Amino acid sequence: MHLAARKLAITGGRVIDPAQGIDRVADVLISNGKIDEVTASSEWTMLDDYEVIDASGKIVSPGFVDLHTHLRDPGQEWKETIITGTRAAACGGFTTISAMPNTDPVQDSAAVVDDVVRRSAADGLVRVLPIGAISIGQKGKQLAPMGELADSGVIGFSDDGNPVADANLMRQALSYSVELGLPIINHAEDKKIGAGGVMSAGTVATRLGLAGVPAEAETAMVARDLHLADLTKARLHIPHISTVGSLVALRTAKDSGVDVTAEVTPHHLTLSDEWVYGLKGEVPAAVGSEAYDTNTKVNPPLRSRADVEAVIDALSEGLIDIIATDHAPHAATDKVCTYNEAAHGINVLETAFSSVFQLVDTGKISVVRLIESLTAGPAAILRKDLGSLKKGFSADVAIIDPGSKWIVNPEQLESKSVNSPLAGVELTGRVVTTIYQGETVFDLNASGVFSEAKQ
Amino acid sequence: MTNPTTAVGNNPAIETANGISDEGLVAPRQHLLDLDDLSAGEINDLLDSAEGMLEIAGRDNRKTPALRGKTIITMFFENSTRTRVSFEQAGKILGADVINVTASASSVSKGESLLNTVKTLQAMQIDALVVRHPHSGASYFISNHTDASVVNAGDGTHAHPTQSLLDLFTVRNHIGDMTGKKIAIVGDVLYSRVARSNILAFQKMGAEVTVSCPNTLIPDEWNLGSTLGDETGFGGLKLARNVDEAVDSADVVMALRIQQERQDAGHLPSLREYSDRWGINAQRMALANDGALLMHPGPMNEGVEISSEVAHGAQSVVEEQVRNGVAVRMAVLYTLCAPGKSTRIGNSESTSGDEA
Repeated sequence: MHLAARKLAITGGRVIDPAQGIDRVADVLISNGKIDEVTASSEWTMLDDYEVIDASGKIVSPGFVDLHTHLRDPGQEWKETIITGTRAAACGGFTTISAMPNTDPVQDSAAVVDDVVRRSAADGLVRVLPIGAISIGQKGKQLAPMGELADSGVIGFSDDGNPVADANLMRQALSYSVELGLPIINHAEDKKIGAGGVMSAGTVATRLGLAGVPAEAETAMVARDLHLADLTKARLHIPHISTVGSLVALRTAKDSGVDVTAEVTPHHLTLSDEWVYGLKGEVPAAVGSEAYDTNTKVNPPLRSRADVEAVIDALSEGLIDIIATDHAPHAATDKVCTYNEAAHGINVLETAFSSVFQLVDTGKISVVRLIESLTAGPAAILRKDLGSLKKGFSADVAIIDPGSKWIVNPEQLESKSVNSPLAGVELTGRVVTTIYQGETVFDLNASGVFSEAKQ
Repeated sequence: MTNPTTAVGNNPAIETANGISDEGLVAPRQHLLDLDDLSAGEINDLLDSAEGMLEIAGRDNRKTPALRGKTIITMFFENSTRTRVSFEQAGKILGADVINVTASASSVSKGESLLNTVKTLQAMQIDALVVRHPHSGASYFISNHTDASVVNAGDGTHAHPTQSLLDLFTVRNHIGDMTGKKIAIVGDVLYSRVARSNILAFQKMGAEVTVSCPNTLIPDEWNLGSTLGDETGFGGLKLARNVDEAVDSADVVMALRIQQERQDAGHLPSLREYSDRWGINAQRMALANDGALLMHPGPMNEGVEISSEVAHGAQSVVEEQVRNGVAVRMAVLYTLCAPGKSTRIGNSESTSGDEA
């Protein structure tokens, strides 16, 4: 079979394409790796040369777009590689992911970025867009060659994990990026406030005797960055926003016309700091041996219930623009240790949709807004023809079974790492098929291309 | 009648030889990680057991065979004098073999992970691991990776249950029932595992606990002058506005060590100012009830959080605390490692065919 010529009809599903305002039962027609049209079944005649995927009872969405992925490649291939990371993405319904530059070497030169781009195109199961560093070596001292990086195709700049502490360097980075038209994505955290903290400050941290990072460590830097974005008229994208205070600052800035967007992670939408007790959010009468669950250690830390409720509301109303995964795989040895020693980060790509879909089931967010925040939203920030089923767009599709129940078993994830706090948790709603450029790259139930590749 | 634990305990020959009565032995418990999962009754049982141990420890020939053949490892990743030595002494009086491992003289200094260190020790078929570690939760982590009994000898800023037991034991010996008694804890609450464990422990015994310290040394979500609600996990704890309010009419005054590094990290203007405003001296002890006890978990910074005059004065029970520490740790080790409770591979029920 010539894949490029493959003609595919995804029939009878509830097609949700927020970029086009579509939410109806329809068929999606694909050929030559592109979307032909979204049409009612009565409006076209199926010919023999179509391969059919029956999506009745399912949701048909544009493939998800992630602006925040750690692929660990090059440099930490024991945690994840471009191959395993893109497989995990495909499993989770993501057809575009954005590789954070905190690799080794850092993606702070065209040479490194070009290598990631080349190997992603050759080995990746889905599209990988590179993010360049803001500063050389992500050290916060000297600007990386942002123009050269832009020429190599980066979609933004970030020293993720290392906040740009020097306010003037941040100002210059924002100002310099204006000509390039690309956003600065600054991990917003004042490392001096709550230095040494390993989880969010508050009742749980106090009870467990873990040093806490106050929410204000984030809020203070979000406020600084918003003022600097206003000063420079640059594009600012706030990654993994997580505090009530940050949202207040974000709203003020958006209202006054600052060119800012913000993302929230699936875990900050669904898990509070009470998960550090190790009982899936339950608060125990006495601290037990399941406490100090290192798979809950992440930066920004899991916040209070009030923060969780606030980011859900903000995403729902659009104050927060998008969901991004901050997929951060780590080796077992990075997590089988004390909480202080554990690495920050959660393995997210494969659980992302299912975990946030719980918010739809509980009525906290509409399914259309949820899908928008995973498709049209991030595509708009990228300013690329992605995240929609418009005619001529790359045929990237995620098919979701909203009733499918599964229990998360990290050992069965395609990611190389197993660092998920959701181990053993039952989730409802799951991506069952992922199509990238017209090819089935993941099929939960059949032996698709992906399944063959697995063996 | 066939319960092996009680059978051993009721054997008059052994009881005579050991001088140890099994009365009050609590239900089988593998680890002691903190006191929050013990009932007041269980705590009292342990303290009762410590009474007998105190008598044994004071004998001319105090060696008993109670834990003969048991191997206890003390694993200290932080410096310690009194805790480490008293565990070692407690184990040796009970006849156990006690092996001391310190981080600086072990493979930890070669970069061996905590997990592999534990697995290595576990492979040597040990009965109990006494762990002191600078990270909160370290003993909880270890308890998930060993069959041996784990005793938390202090984990980071979280808990120090045997310190609390010896403090409870000391107070009980002096004032008996603690219901309604006022316990004033003065010092670095934010970074103190002793404070955390003692707040929970004394509250559990019915006492009213009040703390006092600079506002920089309590969690941000706590407010001076308030009483904490149950949602904090420390419900009922009173936060005094100043040290005099805390010490006023107290039955027990406990001063906690203040570290030089708190000054260096900006929590305090200076140790001198701390001493001035929070140090326990004769003038402040005079505000407490007549006969109030003065305690300190050690090591003391005399002249900083406690004046030399009161540290060695009539109300001070600091040395008694140390003496009681041995008895309490004997009770803990005996309770966890009592004969018939071995979890070693190859021993009784714990043997399984696939364990290779």
